[in-house]
Amino acid sequence: MIQFSEEAMREYQEILRHYPEKRAAVIPVLTLAQREFGWISQEVAEYVGNLMDYPASDMKSVSSFYVLLRQKPVGKYHLEICRNISCWLKGATACMAEAKRVLGVEAQEVTPDGLFSWDFTECLASCGTAVAMQVGDRYIENLTPEKMGEVIEQLRREAADQ
Amino acid sequence: MGIQTLLEHINTPGYETLEGYRKYGGYTALEKALQMEPTALIDEVKASGLRGRGGAGFPTGMKWSFVPRNSGKPTYLLCNADESEPGTFKDRLLLERNPHALIEGMAIAAYALDCHLSYIYMRGEFGFLVEPINRALAEARAAGLLGPSVMGKDFALDIYLHLGQGAYICGEETSLIESLEGYRGYPRIKPPFPAVSGFLASPTVVNNVETLAALPWIINNGAAAYAAVGTEKSKGTKLFSASGHINKPGVYEVDLGYPLLDFINNECGGIPNGRKLKAVIPGGSSVPVLKAEECEGVLLDYESLAKAGTMLGSGGFIVFDDTVSMPEVLTVIADFYAHESCGQCTPCREGTGWAAKILHNLVGGKGRKSDLDLLLKIADNMEGKTICPLADADVMPIRSFVTKYRDEFEALCVS
Repeated sequence: MIQFSEEAMREYQEILRHYPEKRAAVIPVLTLAQREFGWISQEVAEYVGNLMDYPASDMKSVSSFYVLLRQKPVGKYHLEICRNISCWLKGATACMAEAKRVLGVEAQEVTPDGLFSWDFTECLASCGTAVAMQVGDRYIENLTPEKMGEVIEQLRREAADQ
Repeated sequence: MGIQTLLEHINTPGYETLEGYRKYGGYTALEKALQMEPTALIDEVKASGLRGRGGAGFPTGMKWSFVPRNSGKPTYLLCNADESEPGTFKDRLLLERNPHALIEGMAIAAYALDCHLSYIYMRGEFGFLVEPINRALAEARAAGLLGPSVMGKDFALDIYLHLGQGAYICGEETSLIESLEGYRGYPRIKPPFPAVSGFLASPTVVNNVETLAALPWIINNGAAAYAAVGTEKSKGTKLFSASGHINKPGVYEVDLGYPLLDFINNECGGIPNGRKLKAVIPGGSSVPVLKAEECEGVLLDYESLAKAGTMLGSGGFIVFDDTVSMPEVLTVIADFYAHESCGQCTPCREGTGWAAKILHNLVGGKGRKSDLDLLLKIADNMEGKTICPLADADVMPIRSFVTKYRDEFEALCVS
């Protein structure tokens, strides 16, 4: 049985205070649940549904509309490379090919060590610093295929240090 | 480049803090606004000629005046910070470097609208901005610029940051509201318009970041000073996010009415490697493309761009040099709209995906010339037949690319 940590529970209560109606807190709470449990599994949908008094199917339905609410596990570092116009002009396709080559997995697959996955994403509002890639709460900009390998190495070291 | 109402201090260290912002006159506009009658404030914004900077260009003061007074329900002000239109990255700069202009602008708008609870709906990809924005809001609260008594007046206002979770459609105002209410972001049928029945069935105004951040300057300097900038119908300044094949990509604030080619050659630093201009998308991926020769004499304002057959949109300005394959660009755009269609309306759900498939087939060397007419037919069958403008946003590039660069598309066809 999964459960929010005490800190997450406090955060949940704080989120509720921001809205005149509980329903408006659903997406922030699903976001919090994802931070706690990694992705919106059936179990997480049931937990949030029970907590907020909505059906789990409703929580699944809402979360599946939004690409950042994951419907399957992603790596600890999920590399999302923008494929839109300005990034495409500056070589996004080659950057994705390099991510695939270095990581040895297809888009949306997780590396066996659980550290990495990659996928395309749509415009990140980083067109002036294309190619752009999002990794969690970080943006990596002016990306090139050469830089892709370095970024992955750096993240690997970061994970090892933790 | 003209007057800098939004970017003057954008590179000043510390400007993102309350102290830094106040050093250059921050929050004096709010003080001034709080001494005005709310209706006079709305008139002032009307007189400034400010139009919505998110893409639609609707007059801001007029939008506000649609909100019924004394409806017996609370009024909500929502800041649209869902910036997702491909080619657009100006709101991100304001959120990062000028958050207090946004907060001050929101407080001014809220006072004019008699609103006491407001949200910044920001795209979830901007996770790195959560802490800075929350810090700016906390600073404003601690200084009594937000809270139960704004600047000591009988006016309460709270602003909270709300994160979207990745959906282009949520930048459409009714979808944004639906999402803020905790549902899938399906756009709503209008009427009722949000001004009458929006968030929680209450009067709601949704304004873009750039629109709200423009308010402090307008109040401080007066509507007439703002209206003196720009053209007869396009008043003031506009941020353009410039990217693609240019030497100096970035965000630029220009007077509306500035010549498009001067913008490329001056602000954008021209086209790299001695290449020639091939095309420009002047207002984000959803506006019709302009061929190089069509850019001649065009000005960056709502009317001049409309006359040239395109739109100012969000000011997402993408430049293409003569090495670019236009069918490939259109395929990238078509993939985007197919990915982002919410699926609610059949013409859009089916049309965007179908168009993308045809284009992939075509750039993959398996296209037929008849596919081009089919693309145009699909565009005709999507346009104006859906709840929200996402389908139209796919129609504009499809139609303009296929008609203006037909020979390039035909050259890829096998039969």
